[in-house]
Amino acid sequence: MFQPWEIEQIADRIFDQIKGGSQTSERLEQMLEKTTARIGVGRAGPRLKTQTLLKLRADHAAARDAVFLDVRQNLIKELGLLPVMTCCKDKNTFLTRPDLGRDFNDETKKYLKENCILHPDIQLIVSDGLSSLAIEANAAAILPIVIEGLEEKGLTIGTPIFVKYGRVGAQDRISELLDAQVVCTFIGERPGLATAESMSAYITYRAATGMPEARRTVVSNIHKHGVPAVEAGAYIVDLLAMILEQKASGVELKK
Amino acid sequence: MERTQLLSVGIDIGTSTSQLVFSRLTVENKAGYFSVPSVSIIRKEVFYQSPIYRTPLLDQTRIDGEALEKILDQEYKVAGIAPGQVETGAVIITGESARKENAGMILERMSRFAGDFVVSTAGPDLEAVIAGQGSGAWQFSERQGTTVINLDIGGGTTNVVLFDRGRVRAKGSVDIGGRQVRIDKDGFLSCLSPSASRIGKECGLKMEEGERISQKMLEQLCDGMCRILEELVGARKPSALLEAVRTAGSTPFCLPEDCHVKYLCFSGGVADCMGRRQSELFPYGDIGVLLAEAIQRSRLFRDFSIISADQTIRATVIGAGSHTTSISGSTISYAEKLLPLKNMPVLKLSPEEEELCWQGDFKNLRKKAAWFLAQNDTAGIALAIRGRYDPGYQEMKSFAKALAMGLDPILEPGIPLLFIIEADMAKALGQLLRRELAGRRLVLAVDEIRTEPNDFVDFGRPVMNGLVVPVVVKTLIFG
Repeated sequence: MFQPWEIEQIADRIFDQIKGGSQTSERLEQMLEKTTARIGVGRAGPRLKTQTLLKLRADHAAARDAVFLDVRQNLIKELGLLPVMTCCKDKNTFLTRPDLGRDFNDETKKYLKENCILHPDIQLIVSDGLSSLAIEANAAAILPIVIEGLEEKGLTIGTPIFVKYGRVGAQDRISELLDAQVVCTFIGERPGLATAESMSAYITYRAATGMPEARRTVVSNIHKHGVPAVEAGAYIVDLLAMILEQKASGVELKK
Repeated sequence: MERTQLLSVGIDIGTSTSQLVFSRLTVENKAGYFSVPSVSIIRKEVFYQSPIYRTPLLDQTRIDGEALEKILDQEYKVAGIAPGQVETGAVIITGESARKENAGMILERMSRFAGDFVVSTAGPDLEAVIAGQGSGAWQFSERQGTTVINLDIGGGTTNVVLFDRGRVRAKGSVDIGGRQVRIDKDGFLSCLSPSASRIGKECGLKMEEGERISQKMLEQLCDGMCRILEELVGARKPSALLEAVRTAGSTPFCLPEDCHVKYLCFSGGVADCMGRRQSELFPYGDIGVLLAEAIQRSRLFRDFSIISADQTIRATVIGAGSHTTSISGSTISYAEKLLPLKNMPVLKLSPEEEELCWQGDFKNLRKKAAWFLAQNDTAGIALAIRGRYDPGYQEMKSFAKALAMGLDPILEPGIPLLFIIEADMAKALGQLLRRELAGRRLVLAVDEIRTEPNDFVDFGRPVMNGLVVPVVVKTLIFG
C-alpha cells in the first residue's frame, strides 16, 4: 500500500517530467516570487494535494477567526484607547445590521462627549471592522508613528478611540460629536484567503452622517505583505496634513 | 492615472565611436486610487538617435574636446532640444577612452549639454550593465526567467555582464576589442595594444608594429581572443591570460556556481559586423570584422544559444539614455532644499553590521563611517542598508536612534544624513530620524533601490508632485 504523500511524490515526478524538468521549476519560482496566488501547486488526480488542501482550509479558518474573534482587551489598554461600542450587541448583529454598526446609543454619545478632547485637528479611531486580527497585527506599529508625526507637524490630536463592532461610518458620528476637522479610522478589512491581517485607513475631512462615500480617502492593504504598517503610518501623516490643508478628502482631494 | 515624462539624454564617448540619443521616460503611479502610491518608470522610448561618429582624438592618448562639443552642439540643434530641457540621463566615457589622459576634463566640458541632473561617468562595470540593458539581454532574462550573458564588444574592451532572471549576478571587462589591433591601408600593422600583443605571444605569433601582417596571422590572433572570451563565459577553464587582459579598474567576472548560463547575447560595434557579408576585410582599419568572424566560428556560438540583440553598436548609448535612471520608492522622506545631490559615495553595511544597529549598537557604525570618511575624502555618506520588512515601531525607533548616534557626531555640521534602503521603510525611518536629530541635520531616505559597495549615487529633483525622486547609481566618478 502506498501512503498518500508517496503517491503525491510520484505524481510530482511525473508532472515534472511532462513539463520538462528543471526549467519549469525555475520559471515557476520566478512566478511564485511575484504573486501570493496558489499557483504551481500541482494536483493528485483530479483533486488538490493534501498539503494544498490543508493550507487552503487553514487560511479559510484564519479568515473566519479574523471576523469572529474580538480584539484583545489588553491591546486596547496598552494603546491607551478609549473603548466604546456601537449599537450592535453582539457579532451576529454586527454582521447582519450594518446600520447599527455606524451608530451609538445616547449614553455612549454622552460618554464620548464628556471623555474626549473636543475640536481636534485630527481624530484617530481604531475599529475591529471585519478583521480583529488586522488590528492585532498592525495597530501597535501604526498608531505611535502617526501620533508622533502629527505632533511634529504641530497638529492637535483628539483622544484616540476604540470602536467595537464598528463600521467605517461610525467615524461620521464621532466626528460630528467631537467637532473634529479630520477623522481617520484604522479598521480591519474583510479577510481573504491571501491574508486575514489587512487593515485600511479611512480618512474624511469634516465627516458627517449621510454624506456621500466619495468624500472618504482610503489607504488600503496595510499588512506585512502589502504596505508595512510603520511605513504606511508615516505616509498617512503627510496625507492627513494635506487633507487638512486642502480642506477636502476623497475624490475632492487633489494629490 | 497620474503620469509624467522625463526627457533623458544618453551620450556615449567610446574608443572608436561616439553617439547620442534622446529618450522619454514615462513615470506613472501604478497603484489604484485606494492604495499608497506606487510610482515606476513604465515606458522608455528613444525618440532621437544621432549618427554614429568616429570619436575625435587629438592623438593616441587624448580626446579632442572641441571637436566633440561641436558634434554635440549640432546634434542638439538637429533634435530640437535645448540643454536646459534635459532632466536626466548619462554622459558616459566608455572602453579605453575612459583611460585617456583628459577623460575627466572632457566629461566636465560635456556637462553643459546636460541639464540639471545628468550623470557623467565612466567605469567598465557600469558600462557592462548599461550595455546589457540597451541590448535587450536584461529584458530577455527577466521575461524568460533565465540566465543570459551579454558581451558588449567595442573597440577597446569587451564588457560582460551576467543577468539571472533580471538580476545582475556578475560583471566585468577585458581588453579585447576591434581596435586593439590597427592595420593601415597598405596592410601594415600600425598599432598593437599591450593586451593584443600578449595574446599574440601566447598564440606563438610574431607581430611588430610597422611590419606587414598576414590575414592568417590576424585570424589566429582573433581565435586567441575568442578563447579568452570562452574562458570568460565558462566554456573553457580560465587561464592566467584571462586575468592578464582584465581591464584596469574592473572587477573580475566570476560566474556564480549555482548559475547555469544558457544564452549569450552580443552587442557593441563588433557584434554589428556579425552575420553581415563584408565586402572589405578592414573597412575600419582594424580587426573588428575578423574578430566578429572568429567569434561566429568559436565555441561561443556552438556551446550556447545566441539571442539576437535589439541593439548592437547602439546598446551602450541607449542603455545610458534609458536605463541609468531609477525611481525611488514612493513613500520616501526628503528635505526639498537638499536636492539635487550629486556624487554621494555609498557606504554599504554588511548584514552583520546592520544587525548591530537594529540591536541599538551604534559604536560599530560610528567606527566604520569614520573610516569611510577618511578613506573617501568626502564630507557626506549615503548609507545603504537592507532594512526589514514590516518592522515594529519600537524596533524602528531604536534602529533610527542607533543610526543617528552612529553618524551625527562624526559628520561636519550641516551635512545631511542620506539613506538608501532596499525594504519599504524610508518614510518611517526619515520621520523617526528627524525626531532623533531634533533639527540638527536634514534627512533624506529613499527605498526600493539597490546599490553595491563603492557605488556613487545622484539624487535628482523630485517629480510627480514630490512623490518620487529620480536616482542614478553609478560606479565611478571623475574629479
